[in-house]
Amino acid sequence: MMMIQAIDSILARIGRSTLGMFESIGRLVIFAAIAVSHIFRPPFYYNAFLQQLINIGFYSLPVVGLTALFTGGALALQIYSGGARFNAEAIVPSIVAIGITRELGPVLGGLMVAGRVSTSIAAEIGTMRVTEQIDALTTLSTNPMKYLVTPRVLAATVILPVLVFIGDTIGVMGGYLVGTHRLDFNDATYLKNTWDILEFDDVSSGLIKAAAFGFIIALIGCYSGYHSQRGAQGVGNATKTAVVTASVLIFAANYLLTELLF
Amino acid sequence: MIKITDLHKAFGSNVVLNGVDLHIKKASSMVIIGGSGTGKSVLLKCILGLIQPDSGTIIVNGVDTKSGDREAFLDQFGMLFQGGALFDSLPVWQNVAFRLLQGKHRLSKADAHDIAIEKLRRVGLKPDIAELFPAELSGGMQKRVGLARAIAAEPQIIFFDEPTTGLDPIMSGVINELVREIVEEMGATAMTITHDMSSVRAIADDVAMIHEGQVQWTGPIGKMDDSGDPYLDQFINARAEGPIEAVR
Ligand SMILES: Nc1ncnc2c1ncn2[C@@H]1O[C@H](COP(=O)(O)OP(=O)(O)OP(=O)(O)O)[C@@H](O)[C@H]1O
Ligand SMILES: [Mg+2]
Repeated sequence: MMMIQAIDSILARIGRSTLGMFESIGRLVIFAAIAVSHIFRPPFYYNAFLQQLINIGFYSLPVVGLTALFTGGALALQIYSGGARFNAEAIVPSIVAIGITRELGPVLGGLMVAGRVSTSIAAEIGTMRVTEQIDALTTLSTNPMKYLVTPRVLAATVILPVLVFIGDTIGVMGGYLVGTHRLDFNDATYLKNTWDILEFDDVSSGLIKAAAFGFIIALIGCYSGYHSQRGAQGVGNATKTAVVTASVLIFAANYLLTELLF
Repeated sequence: MIKITDLHKAFGSNVVLNGVDLHIKKASSMVIIGGSGTGKSVLLKCILGLIQPDSGTIIVNGVDTKSGDREAFLDQFGMLFQGGALFDSLPVWQNVAFRLLQGKHRLSKADAHDIAIEKLRRVGLKPDIAELFPAELSGGMQKRVGLARAIAAEPQIIFFDEPTTGLDPIMSGVINELVREIVEEMGATAMTITHDMSSVRAIADDVAMIHEGQVQWTGPIGKMDDSGDPYLDQFINARAEGPIEAVR
């Protein structure tokens, strides 16, 4: 009897949390749909959009650039030591180029931007929520979704591919620098091998991923902040939730998109 | 002008509004009093639709707030939030002129700036703070910027949530006069929450006292002192002893 009750309560708990999860997903999807719908309905807040392009794009350049540089360098060393086992050291430039553009550039760049941007968006919008600034926007006949959320989501979606493209270039450079200085590759051969192997799809599939990651980063930041609980602790939780959720969703989306674009 | 009938609102098990009935006449000044945490701010937010009431009706200008165009509805309102709720990413003058810079009837930046300066002057603030950010102001100055923002677009209905809290007595006097002017000269309808009994007497045409989620007493200011209501008497005379328990 005790046993059945225990199992019963465990099942109930699993059921409740599953329902809760679907509810959160549903709410997030509705939030996203509203944010996107405002792109097509005037008024548009151009200034807010431009400001977010700078905040999210320009100020993330150093982080994304350095991440790509070191990753490209490390990748060159790893591939070299792996390739040496079957006398295939010459493969280094090709693998670095493909690894960076298809996978590491967008994923690592996305994660770094998630750490930098989704947290700051969540903290900013969360603070606006708890200090009633979002309510104040509403009473001043300004739709907070349109004014706060849409410009951020749109800016991140547009600018992440640009960031990742720059990161790709720097990442390949990192591989090149290590290849020509630490390993004994010839300058011209390394560049030629890189250039010959790369196809349009390698780069474009990475950039499509980047756009999706940008959307996720800003959306999750906005969503967490917008639904922040009261007080400093509420904003702290919103920030933490934002970076964790955005990172996990980036990995999940990366797998799905890789399947689709393969 | 505003007619509230049987309004209920609870947050989980915390019943805040438990059947509020209230009528605010056009171009009059209603002052809401009541203990801390009795739901005065929640009441204003319910009228504005910032908080969804559980049940009850709110009619503004003959229109049920649940129906109709929300934007047009909100266009008639100005609101001073208890905590100011200034936009900390914008300088003071853009806070004040926020509504003037949005929407269909948008003004040029120069015109909006001039109006902002004029409204700041009316709340006793000098033009040189216009370029500062809210975080650089004192608490009382922030409150007055919030007040200037609430009146900037000259709305028909204005809600003031504790306009004089945190102000010195002289500044409180200035703000009390401002609220009176807005009602008498501009013909606006004002609803003010305050704990300051001298403000109540300076501002109010009518008074309503909220207690335990309901309107305990409401009537014209002239009848407040001899209402015969023990709750109201205890409150306005600031007595620790009486039907209202001091620990809530
Ligand atoms: N968003 C909210 N979520 C949960 N509870 C809330 C919320 N807003 C207000 N409350 C609760 O409602 C009650 C009334 O709050 P309200 O802010 O209206 O009080 P008040 O009468 O304005 O008090 P004061 O004079 O101190 O400002 C409080 O118990 C508060 O905890
Ligand atoms: Mg209050």
